[in-house]
Amino acid sequence: MLLLLLSIIVLHVAVLVLLFVSTIVSQWIVGNGHATDLWQNCSTSSSGNVHHCFSSSPNALPRPWPSVQATMILSIIFSILSLFLFFCQLFTLTKGGRFYITGIFQILAGLCVMSAAAIYTVRHPEWHLNSDYSYGFAYILAWVAFPLALLSGVIYVILRKRE
Amino acid sequence: MAPGAPSSSPSPVLAVLLFSSLVLSPAQAIVVYTDREVHGAVGSRVTLHCSFWSSEWVSDDISFTWRYQPEGGRDAISIFHYAKGQPYIDEVGTFKERIQWVGDPRWKDGSIVIHNLDYSDNGTFTCDVKNPPDIVGKTSQVTLYVFEKVPTRYGVVLGAVIGGVLGVVLLLLLLFYVVRYCWLRRQAALQRRLSAMEKGKLHKPGKDASKRGRQTPVLYAMLDHSRSTKAVSEKKAKGLGESRKDKK
Repeated sequence: MLLLLLSIIVLHVAVLVLLFVSTIVSQWIVGNGHATDLWQNCSTSSSGNVHHCFSSSPNALPRPWPSVQATMILSIIFSILSLFLFFCQLFTLTKGGRFYITGIFQILAGLCVMSAAAIYTVRHPEWHLNSDYSYGFAYILAWVAFPLALLSGVIYVILRKRE
Repeated sequence: MAPGAPSSSPSPVLAVLLFSSLVLSPAQAIVVYTDREVHGAVGSRVTLHCSFWSSEWVSDDISFTWRYQPEGGRDAISIFHYAKGQPYIDEVGTFKERIQWVGDPRWKDGSIVIHNLDYSDNGTFTCDVKNPPDIVGKTSQVTLYVFEKVPTRYGVVLGAVIGGVLGVVLLLLLLFYVVRYCWLRRQAALQRRLSAMEKGKLHKPGKDASKRGRQTPVLYAMLDHSRSTKAVSEKKAKGLGESRKDKK
């Protein structure tokens, strides 16, 4: 019983860590000596020593960014809320009850990540102008976090509290 | 090896003392604070805030000076001066009759308001405060951007989107809980009415239900009643029981 509980919590925390890393690290798109993420464009000089980062100037371009940044932050918030609610429900739920709220919030977090990654995939050519690029690992982490978050949410919904 | 006298020579100690007295003495400098950027719309007014921190009390000789350097220009011209309790406003330059003094030295505020903005007002404004005897210090600059229409700041948009979605979700959650609470209360009221009716007929089911534990007595009680009575609530209980009770 304890093992199950621990593994569920570990899964949840892993999802949370993935979400954090994916939002913060600057590696959504990598190209020759430059990397872009949700917040800024960073480029390193050819020697690899100097980093220049330009934070996205707010009023310049037509931006899909409010949606991508907002949904990523929302997914983090939902995941944190669901972890908090899980511990609340663990102690207050009646025997035999299900962790509906926790599961719903976790599923919402997964959906938010998916929509953020999807919007980014569709709209990123508007933002950066290089033609040769490949997706960085933070982008991949966002897509990995989506099924894990869904899985975690579904587990919460079918899990039942025993004494 | 003479005993007693401490061998350390006095000079390092003196040096440390001298150093500390020079460096750690109360810093006599004035620090001025302004916004970094200010956005304004053409034709409207904008407030340039200026505040300061000084190690001395605010004296009567305190003076504020605002200078303006046009965008791309090299010279800064003085457009406002306040000294000895009297503000002096530009009466000949480009800011003629457009500046209003709204600061108050007692509150350490040296703000001015510029009315009727124009595109030529783009530039850098410098606030300079002198509070004798505290006169050494850094000034602070604020850059004015004049737009046709002030664009909403990006952070505000982001915050609004996030706050809106969160608010909607929490509201839905609250609504769900309120509805569920009302529903359960109605069920409890119904059950009380039934058990009052039942008192004459059957004794056992009521006791049985209470024995099964304090958690969710309503559901168990309703299920028991649904078997024994043919009241209207039977249908309701069945609906509730099947949707909530898990088949173990």
